Parts: sequence; C-alpha cells; structure tokens
Amino acid sequence: MSLTVLLLLLMLGAALVGAYPITFGEFFAALGRWFAGETTQDKINTVLFDIRLPRVFAAVVVGAAVAAAGAAYQTLFRNPLVSPDILGVSTGAGLGAVLGIFLSLPVAAIQLSAFVVGLATVGTVYAIAALVHGREPVLVLVLAGVVVGALAGAAISLLKILADPYDQLPAIVFWLLGSLSAIRKGEVWAAIPLVLIGLLPLVVLRWRINVLSLGDEEAKALGVETGRLRLIVIAAATLITASVVAISGVIGWVGLVIPHIARMAVGPSFDRLLPTATLLGASYLLIVDTLARTMARIEVPIGILTAIIGAPFFLWLLARGREGWS
Amino acid sequence: MRVRLAAHGLGFGYGATPIGRNIDMDLRAGEVFCLLGPNGSGKTTLFKTLLGLLPAQAGKVVVDGTPLTELSRQEIARRIAYVPQAHTAHFPFRVIDMVVMGRTAHLSLFAAPTSIDRQRAREALALLGIAQLADREYTRISGGQRQLALVARALVQDAPAIVMDEPTANLDFGNQVIVLSEVKRLAARGLAVLLSTHDPDHAFSIASRVALLDQGKLVDQGVPQTVLTSDKLKSVYGIDVIVGRLANGQTVCAPTYRS
Repeated sequence: MSLTVLLLLLMLGAALVGAYPITFGEFFAALGRWFAGETTQDKINTVLFDIRLPRVFAAVVVGAAVAAAGAAYQTLFRNPLVSPDILGVSTGAGLGAVLGIFLSLPVAAIQLSAFVVGLATVGTVYAIAALVHGREPVLVLVLAGVVVGALAGAAISLLKILADPYDQLPAIVFWLLGSLSAIRKGEVWAAIPLVLIGLLPLVVLRWRINVLSLGDEEAKALGVETGRLRLIVIAAATLITASVVAISGVIGWVGLVIPHIARMAVGPSFDRLLPTATLLGASYLLIVDTLARTMARIEVPIGILTAIIGAPFFLWLLARGREGWS
Repeated sequence: MRVRLAAHGLGFGYGATPIGRNIDMDLRAGEVFCLLGPNGSGKTTLFKTLLGLLPAQAGKVVVDGTPLTELSRQEIARRIAYVPQAHTAHFPFRVIDMVVMGRTAHLSLFAAPTSIDRQRAREALALLGIAQLADREYTRISGGQRQLALVARALVQDAPAIVMDEPTANLDFGNQVIVLSEVKRLAARGLAVLLSTHDPDHAFSIASRVALLDQGKLVDQGVPQTVLTSDKLKSVYGIDVIVGRLANGQTVCAPTYRS
C-alpha cells in the first residue's frame, strides 16, 4: 500500500522535472483539460502527453515487468542469482532487434522482431530441455538456456561485423545498451496489456509457485503438477520480459537486484514477494530513468546506469554473506 | 483393516537402472509399518516410487483401491502425505509458512491459504511441541526441529496415509521418542504410517509390522518378533545382534561390538 503511494508520488515528480520543467499548477491544469476532452495544442500539452508521460509510464512498466519476471524466475529456479534472461529471452530479443536493424526495417517491425525472436528463443530452450530426459529438469533448462543464449550472442556479434559501421552499427549498440529515450506513446500502450496478461497467471497461481520453490519432488508430493506449472511460469515471465525488452532494449540488473531487496523486506513467500518486487521495480526504474534524463546534458543510456548501480549493490549483497537468502 | 497403499510386483529405480524388484506389500489403516534396510538398499527410492515421484519400472502401486497412475498429483497428495528427510530450504521461509504448505492439496488452484489453514498449521506445531518456532526462519532452526516441522506439515495435509523417510535420522534421543510417540498416536487415530528407520528398536517399540529390505529385495515381512531375529539381522547387516526382552516386556536389540 505504502509502496503504491510512493510510486504514484514518484510518477508525479517525474512528470514535472526535465528539460522543460512543469509546475504543479500547469500539470493539473493540463490534466483537467485532458479530462474535459479539450485538445489545445500548447507546449505543455505536447511535452506532457506526447513525451514525458509516455516515458514515465514506460519506466514504470519496464521496471515492474522485469522485477516481477525476476521474482518468478528466482522462485522457480530456487536460486536468488537468477535474472529474467536466464533462459535467453533478452539475448533472443536482442538478436531479433539487431536482425531488424540490419535489414533496415521500420521501428515497429524491429520491435516486433525483438518480441518474436525473444519468445522463440525461450521456446527453443524449453523444447530442448523437454527432449533431454534428465533427472533434474530445472538444471537441464538452465544449461539449455546458457547454450542457446551463447548461440544467439554469436549471431549478434556476426551481424555487428556485417552491419554498416556508420549507420546500422551505432543503432545496434544503442539498442543493446537499453534506453527509454526514444519511447513513443503507442509502444507503451502496446506493451502494457501484454505485461498484464503475463502477470495474471503469476498472481492467480502465486501460492502454487511458492510451493514449487521447495523443489520438484516435494512440490509434487504436496499436490502440485510441477511440469505444467513450470511451463506456465516460464511462458508468463517470458511474455512479460519480451514485451518490455522489445520497446526498451536490454536493461540489465533490475530483474536480479530488485527481487533481492523485496525478499529482504517481506521474506521469500511468493504471494508477498511478487507485489512488493513489482512495485519496487517500477519505482526504482522510474527514479533511475528520471536521473538519466535530467542529470547531464547528454542522456546516459539507462542500461549503463542500472549496471553502475546494480553491480556494486550486488557485490555488497555477496559481502553480507548468504544471510539474505540462505 | 482397510488397505491404504499397496505394491504389487513393484520394480523401482532411476531411469532404466533397476534398484529393486518384485516388491509386494500393503499398508493398512491404523498400523505403523516399519521398513528397515542397510544404506543403499533402496528404501528412499522405494518410497518415492510408492508416492509416484518416480515411475514404477514394473508392477504397480495401488492407493485406496485405485492405481496410482490414474490419480492426479492433487488426488495423490490428499491420500498420502510425505515426510522427506530433513533438508535445508533454499529460501528463509518462516516455519509457519513451511507447515501451511501442507494445505496445498486442499486449496483450489488459484487460492492461497486462509487464516483457518494457518490456525491448523499452528495446532500441528503445538501438537509436536514446537509452537514457539512458528515465526522463526526454517533455515535457522536445528535439523531435528526441521524434521518436526516437516512432520507437522504432513499432519495438516489430512491424508489417511503418511510415508516418512527416516523421520528420526537427525533427531536427538528425546526428539526421537517424541516423534515416534506421535507416530504411534496417529496410527491409533486410524492413520496408516509407513516409515523407514535404521534402528530395530524403533520397530519393536511402535511397529505393528516390519519389512527388511536388502539390495532391493524384501527379504522378509511380518510382525517385528518374527522378522527382526538375530539371524536375519546378521544376514542383512553382517553384524552379531542379541535380541532380548526387558523386564517391562519391551523387546530390544543389542549389537555385539568386536574388540
């Protein structure tokens, strides 16, 4: 509850600051006009509704999505060091986007390509794991993810070499760094329903997912159809991640670090962890993105900032010992 | 007495590798059935096969008259509860959270436990004398306390049969007696309990029937006094054992130590 309030306050604050500052009065006046259905095209309206608010919502959706997917994966794989791209969704989406840029496709097609190849990559990983009949289905999944991710990474490198160094290569590098600076209204509205569709099964199945964190055999003995549930969680988390990676590029560390902080706050039980991680992730990425666009004259890609903040924080977690999650 | 769980010509093992063959046994309501056998004789693998966690390589398992393969996981969990060997969890769940997971098979697919379920979990902890651990982290209590918590979790599962894999393995002398006394009370209430142990004395104290498993085969089964003789214990464990009777009528085993 308090996290929801915090997020709303942060969203208000983020909507006001920027290269063109907006005051409280102007903000609510513009909001009032919007509710009344007036369509005056003054500068405030353009900045607020076409540039600033889409970006604020984008940061919220992307942050919430990767944190929720990260929390689900850490619970599913019983490993607090797992991030949402463990099964290769981000690398796959990266390959899709790079392919789109390489073929000089329009922006919407690049995003669609990122989304589809991201889903297809995880689908391939899951199919490989299903074909390998091992005693440890989770381990086989992770290893298949590493292998397929490495192949996708190799394909990305190949396309980078083949790409036009003056036109395509900078676009590829910029995309892979992750950024919300080029985000447009339509992209945010397209991503939100997909993220919500992915979140729904995680919310309604929260208790079964919690039991799954005891491991396959114990969860089965407690009455959980583990194979089916694992497939649902992977599909949901992949849909969530692919939807946002397609519009933001690869923004690392959020899906790894935020679930950790949430677990410190509310414990490992997934029914409490999921909402906390989701709200924290949204707030965190909104703060970082607002810093990214206000801090310096040149905007720093947000993927670099999340890594600069996330990596030392993670080291600190390691230095604290296993206390936080053992 | 009603047969809760039965194995007919059961073969078990991992993958295609056979570990045990031709297991015929049944577990009846109101009895404690004790499985004894040396390390590596296949006790845990047999239990996992009886619970459907591993597929049977031959023969079949029947639960309450229905073949195991025809039941969903939820239906199995409502009929048989499983107490695994005490383990460490990967995440620091509170003890109460761990115990309440035993209610899962009784919840609908989209539901989470209610306050009634939590109350049941607290009662089960109280029954085993560890109510004060409810809000502690499962990862920070002793192995014996974890074992008791897992027994509590099996109790709230409300299944008519419980399978316990070495429930006394990590317990001190006193806690062993607490858990085994609780097992005896459960059986007196009509539950069927199948448990493995390394201590023949446990079988003498609480088992109505006992089976000896050696290299994947059931060497013998029946009442403890006929199965756990010094000859049979010697042939399975390779040590000399004196089986004697105390003044109070209790039967006990005493191994002979070589000097």
